[in-house]
Amino acid sequence: MIRERHLNALVLGALLALPLWGFWAEAPFMITLATRAAILALAAVGLNLALGLGGLVSLGHAAFFGVGGYAAGILALHAQSFTPMMTWPITIQGTTSMPLIWLVAVVASALAALGIGALSLRTSGVYFIMITLAFGQMLYYFAVALPAYGGEDGVSIYVRNAFPGLNTLRPLPFFAICYVLLGLALLLSWRISVSPFGLALSAARQSEARVRTVGIEPYRLRLVAFVISGAITGLAGALFADLNRFVSPAMLSWHLSGEFIVLVVLGGVGRLLGPVVGAGLFVFLEHWLGGVSDHWMIFLGAALLLVVLFARGGLIGGLTAGSRS
Amino acid sequence: MTAPVVELRGLSRRFGAVEAARAVTLDLRPGEIHALIGPNGAGKSTLIGLTAGSLRPDAGSVLLGGEDVTRLDAVGRARKGLGRTFQVSSLAMELTVLENALLGAVGRSGQVMRLFRSALCDRDLALLARAALERVGLVEEADRRTADLSHGQRRLLEVAVALTLEPRAFLMDEPMAGLGAEGSRRLTGFLDRLREEAPILLVEHDMDAVFAIADRISVLCYGEIIATGTAEDIRRDPRVRIAYLGDDAA
Ligand SMILES: Nc1ncnc2c1ncn2[C@@H]1O[C@H](COP(=O)(O)OP(=O)(O)OP(=O)(O)O)[C@@H](O)[C@H]1O
Ligand SMILES: [Mg+2]
Repeated sequence: MIRERHLNALVLGALLALPLWGFWAEAPFMITLATRAAILALAAVGLNLALGLGGLVSLGHAAFFGVGGYAAGILALHAQSFTPMMTWPITIQGTTSMPLIWLVAVVASALAALGIGALSLRTSGVYFIMITLAFGQMLYYFAVALPAYGGEDGVSIYVRNAFPGLNTLRPLPFFAICYVLLGLALLLSWRISVSPFGLALSAARQSEARVRTVGIEPYRLRLVAFVISGAITGLAGALFADLNRFVSPAMLSWHLSGEFIVLVVLGGVGRLLGPVVGAGLFVFLEHWLGGVSDHWMIFLGAALLLVVLFARGGLIGGLTAGSRS
Repeated sequence: MTAPVVELRGLSRRFGAVEAARAVTLDLRPGEIHALIGPNGAGKSTLIGLTAGSLRPDAGSVLLGGEDVTRLDAVGRARKGLGRTFQVSSLAMELTVLENALLGAVGRSGQVMRLFRSALCDRDLALLARAALERVGLVEEADRRTADLSHGQRRLLEVAVALTLEPRAFLMDEPMAGLGAEGSRRLTGFLDRLREEAPILLVEHDMDAVFAIADRISVLCYGEIIATGTAEDIRRDPRVRIAYLGDDAA
């Protein structure tokens, strides 16, 4: 059995090696696949903070993904068509600068998570799942009803947004950006998990009464975790928009929320690199089995079933057989 | 007479048809162990819950250091200095023993919103947590998963977490259960000294322990206090004999 730390290094190494090999072998689709995996992993790292550490089963995380995506799409649209986003009371222009777009995406999705979390976190269990789902659907239909931004058809980003000093139009630099952001999010999520905050959040998942008895209010912990979680997933949404050069209400759909949960469960709930392993496997199956059969989701379902039945702690848990460090 | 640390005034609480607390009035004075005894279902745990704030009373009030804290919930009362242990273990089972103690230290320090520093590497927190484990004799188990502890050890860990809070008063719900004769004797000795730091409201089934260390004993029966007094008073009280200790001697 392999130690979790070594497995983590292996996974991150593989995710880096794949696109490099794709570059060398002149197989750019490999780079695109790895980029897709990294972005989905980033979204799931966000979810894992709420789901794994906090025990908050959110079925509405696509909402934050979509908010981040639309932030990127809308800002880019206005910049490319040279129309200001608004003129009153102040004039706000669009932008094609990735860092600026990320900032807006993170703030917007954090605010969305604050609003949704503040209300949903008053409930728990299946009610929490349903309320997050309901909020996600509200945002979905809101996006569908946005004629200015394409309604059901969404928004196209004609040219991928720019990052100072890098040519983001080429696959490898764009992958590097996504990979580094994923690494930073993992670092953040690791720091949080070993902090006093993470300890209390994890304890609140296991025994709410215990946390209250030492004078800590679980609601506040969960709200903060939910906001950070939503912000990370929102950042992933902005990258996803740039990867596809397209955003549509599908980014907010509850199917995608469900897929994020699947990614986390496949890789290992609460495991630091669970989302990365889950996203990697997901993209792998989607690509290779998707080419064989339109019904590749059946295989995903089977994989999920096996993991849930036989590997507590997902693939990471199964491969490390419980040795946690 | 010194002012009581905790005062319960006319606390009542119903669960459906069951009156689990009926106008209970009692106090906890500095330096004392006040034991709460009574048959199963008498309402002892209910009273601890009402005092700690995890249960809301239908009537009555709770005072801590003279201040009315009835409106505060369990979180607020813990911050005001009530340290509580549970009859049914409430520990975070997947965490290690040390992490559970650290949680108490984090609550005590009020630094729970620190997101970017390691809890285990914080000297002050670790010191407080380890000292508490040391005092109940769990320091050797520090790195074990809490789920792997015996029932008795979990009770001790509950006590250790309460210690990290450095509370003004302890509320302990059957801390000796599952400890065995030797462990029970050791914990009795420990509580005997602990009362100097903060008084203890002690629910306990082990009558030898109660009569050995309690300064005062209150007897609860169907949610009502039927007698309060020293061990001697309680032994002699005819109502207590009939209701609780068995009336063969009456
Ligand atoms: N949450 C609840 N809902 C309904 N009834 C309850 C609840 N908690 C306690 N009771 C009832 O209130 C009464 C007092 O219960 P409590 O747990 O306080 O007794 P106790 O003296 O601690 O008993 P034990 O010695 O078994 O621990 C019992 O009849 C119990 O069934
Ligand atoms: Mg009880």
